[in-house]
Amino acid sequence: MASVSPVNGINEPTNEARTLPRRFAVSSNASSLQNLSQRFKISALKVFYGAKQVLQGIDLDIPANVVTAVIGPSGCGKSTLLRTLNRMHETIRHARMEGTILLDGEDILGLDVVRLRRRVGMVFQRPNPFPKSIFENVAYGLRINGYSGKLSESVEHSLRRAALWDEVKDQLHKSAYALSGGQQQRLCIARALAVDPEVLLLDEPCSALDPVTTAKIEELLFQLKPTCTIVIVTHNMQQAARTSDFSAFLLEGRLVEYQPTAKLFTNPSDPRTEAYITGRFG
Amino acid sequence: MSLRMAWRKSINIVMLSLTGACTLLAVSVLFFILGYLVWHGGKDVNWNFFVKLPAPVGESGGGMANAIVGSAKLLLLAMLLGVPVGVLTGIYLAEFGGRTFGFLVRYTADLLNGVPSIVIGIFAYAVVVIPMHHFSTLAGGFALGVMTIPITVRSTEEFLRAVPNHLREAALALGASKWKAILTVVLPAASAGILTGIMLALARVAGETAPLIFTAFGNPFWSSGWNEPIASLPVMIYNYALGAYADWHEQAWAAGLVLLAFVLLVNITTRLILSRKISVSR
Amino acid sequence: MSSSASAAARAPSPGAARAFLRRLALGDAITHIVTLIFAASIIIITSLLVYQLWVNSVASRKAFGWHFWTTTVWDPVFDHFGALPFLYGTVITSVVALLLAVPLGVGAAIFLAELAPPRISEMLAFMIDLLAAVPSVIYGLLGIFVVVPFVRTELAPFLETTLGFLPFFRGPSYGVGVLTASLVLTMMIVPFIISVSREVLMAVPRDQREAALALGATRWESTIRVVVPYARSGITGSIFLAMARALGETMAVTMVIGNDPKVFTSLLAPGYTIAAVIANEFSEATGTLYLQALIELGLVLFLVTFILNGLARLLILATEQRAGARV
Repeated sequence: MASVSPVNGINEPTNEARTLPRRFAVSSNASSLQNLSQRFKISALKVFYGAKQVLQGIDLDIPANVVTAVIGPSGCGKSTLLRTLNRMHETIRHARMEGTILLDGEDILGLDVVRLRRRVGMVFQRPNPFPKSIFENVAYGLRINGYSGKLSESVEHSLRRAALWDEVKDQLHKSAYALSGGQQQRLCIARALAVDPEVLLLDEPCSALDPVTTAKIEELLFQLKPTCTIVIVTHNMQQAARTSDFSAFLLEGRLVEYQPTAKLFTNPSDPRTEAYITGRFG
Repeated sequence: MSLRMAWRKSINIVMLSLTGACTLLAVSVLFFILGYLVWHGGKDVNWNFFVKLPAPVGESGGGMANAIVGSAKLLLLAMLLGVPVGVLTGIYLAEFGGRTFGFLVRYTADLLNGVPSIVIGIFAYAVVVIPMHHFSTLAGGFALGVMTIPITVRSTEEFLRAVPNHLREAALALGASKWKAILTVVLPAASAGILTGIMLALARVAGETAPLIFTAFGNPFWSSGWNEPIASLPVMIYNYALGAYADWHEQAWAAGLVLLAFVLLVNITTRLILSRKISVSR
Repeated sequence: MSSSASAAARAPSPGAARAFLRRLALGDAITHIVTLIFAASIIIITSLLVYQLWVNSVASRKAFGWHFWTTTVWDPVFDHFGALPFLYGTVITSVVALLLAVPLGVGAAIFLAELAPPRISEMLAFMIDLLAAVPSVIYGLLGIFVVVPFVRTELAPFLETTLGFLPFFRGPSYGVGVLTASLVLTMMIVPFIISVSREVLMAVPRDQREAALALGATRWESTIRVVVPYARSGITGSIFLAMARALGETMAVTMVIGNDPKVFTSLLAPGYTIAAVIANEFSEATGTLYLQALIELGLVLFLVTFILNGLARLLILATEQRAGARV
């Protein structure tokens, strides 16, 4: 799964040309982890599914307002790590976590789970719009949180942030299922953005999408970065290299290496990382 | 070898045709019933049938307006009891149910579903008719309501389980609490199915006679309020079919046709809606 | 909608915020508890049903004990009640109905699940489901006006001349009687057997039949040697379900069985069943003992169908789980 698909390979030069300058623009102030304010502080995180341990003690700090990528082969625990950040792992039967995760200095286990998830939004692997209209999808989070402002303004704002407004502004009351896969995924991003989360978690958001749509969503991540901390899980290393400022490499439930992306991909310090990014396993 | 082969092949063909004949015989009963009822009852299903009271013995004509309204009232009561209990229990089983208790509830519902309807009638007699000291619409509605509960439970649970899990996750990740996710996403997504399940349950009890003959009893006139005995189509059919007058038999056929048409129409439309829905979501 | 605005929105009075949070968490708890109560109410209703049947038949059980089930005199005038004819009639009608319905129903289920092209099978199964939805009083109606005359003028004379040497087919036939009731019951339970058996057969993993076919079995051989044995307990379950239904069936039987409380030998003679006597006499039962005797009949009917249904569900569950575990 981790090998480069031919489609992405062909597509890559154009994407690279478009995105590289931006990445270097931010990476100047993101060159080292220490100088940044930390959004998440994860320490000694262990997660079990029943008797099976999937995370073996992870220590990781995720800085604010940058894109952090989590990479690794299938089954390394990267999705599990992501789900624990807003306690979505609790929806899985028999899942159990140990260790602490601090969000802005507060233990997430001490927070109300509903409020935590409002602050830490999530976008899933497959687009999962509700069987409602486009408008109602975006407005959903606002409605359940008792938003008192003008719904239509917020919906428009969120759709604009998700770069979807121009495509759907004339059909807001059509079913979300009428949209294409890529539009649906951007709708899901807009839906997550509507409640204005501090953090956006993306779990392989492009794995079900074609390269052109993928490029649109990657572009979107750059635009969101100043207002939102982004954590993206991907098994596509090109995507991680294109979109992220920092990258964490996971293997069999352990954090192998955590570096600024440019360093991790050009000069990894661990031989296992090198083996993975050069395609020798996974 | 070839003789043996020929023998096996002819057995194959004979048994194929035999099982086919069984099927044909079973299905032909449906057409027989339909044809016979239309043939005998068709000519008496006219305007009078729906708007007039039963004619006194010896007079021809008349209708079953009171029985039709009576059946409707009984079904309304049945729905008032069966729908809340059935749907809420279905929600419990699909969304909260523990393993042991969930199994127990499901199993009890199945067993309740298999209790002979005449026994349900005794139950309603014991808990409603005896305390009230007389037959009543309420008692009949209670008996039918008890019968709708298990059907509604199982169909509600089934349709809630068919709602893809990623929709629940999406709602939870937006900061919806569990009950809000159920109320605003899961139930609406399953609503068509749950509704058809309720309709099927009603169609099933609409034809029940045994639990009504000593609860709702019967009434040749209009029944006002909910405390009097009340006529219903199935009980009218029963009484008229066993009666000694040719006029009554004619009316029984007509009532049979109306009842069967109602039951079959509900069954056909709901099943068509369901199968179409299933084929879309797949 | 910038992050600073939302930070401000998040800030205000921690006390109010906490109360709000508690309410949210409480919403989940309330929903859980409310639905739990309704779920429990099903168990409560069923228990209440058993309890009512039990306490309302105490006098009858005290007065007659087990003799209730072994004596044949049913005399409301002198308050003497023996239920053997009803028990006997119920069992015989159901057994005869099953003897006719099982081969027919299982055969049709095999055809629909294994042999018919999927599209035709879907359509026919749809019709079978409709047949299962036909109210029993309609079957009774047809029973009175179609099956009864048919038995009186065609079937009974025919059986008497061909099988009259057996004690089961002797004596005059009025049309109404045990055989007629069994025929009507057969019509009613066949759709159930087909519907449940078909589902169980379709749950048999595809590789089972493919394995048999790949070894050179004909369609019929793979069905009868591999698929049907695999689904055996589920099919047995469907037969139990049908049996429970036949035992408890009231209206159609009441309308055609003749309602004569005798222990018969000839199937052409009239009989009586538990459900039928309850339907006929319950609303006219005067006197406590009379009513309680009828309720005791209901209690036994309930217990028998309860056990049959319980066994049937377990058997069907077992087949489906075995099939499911392999996938």
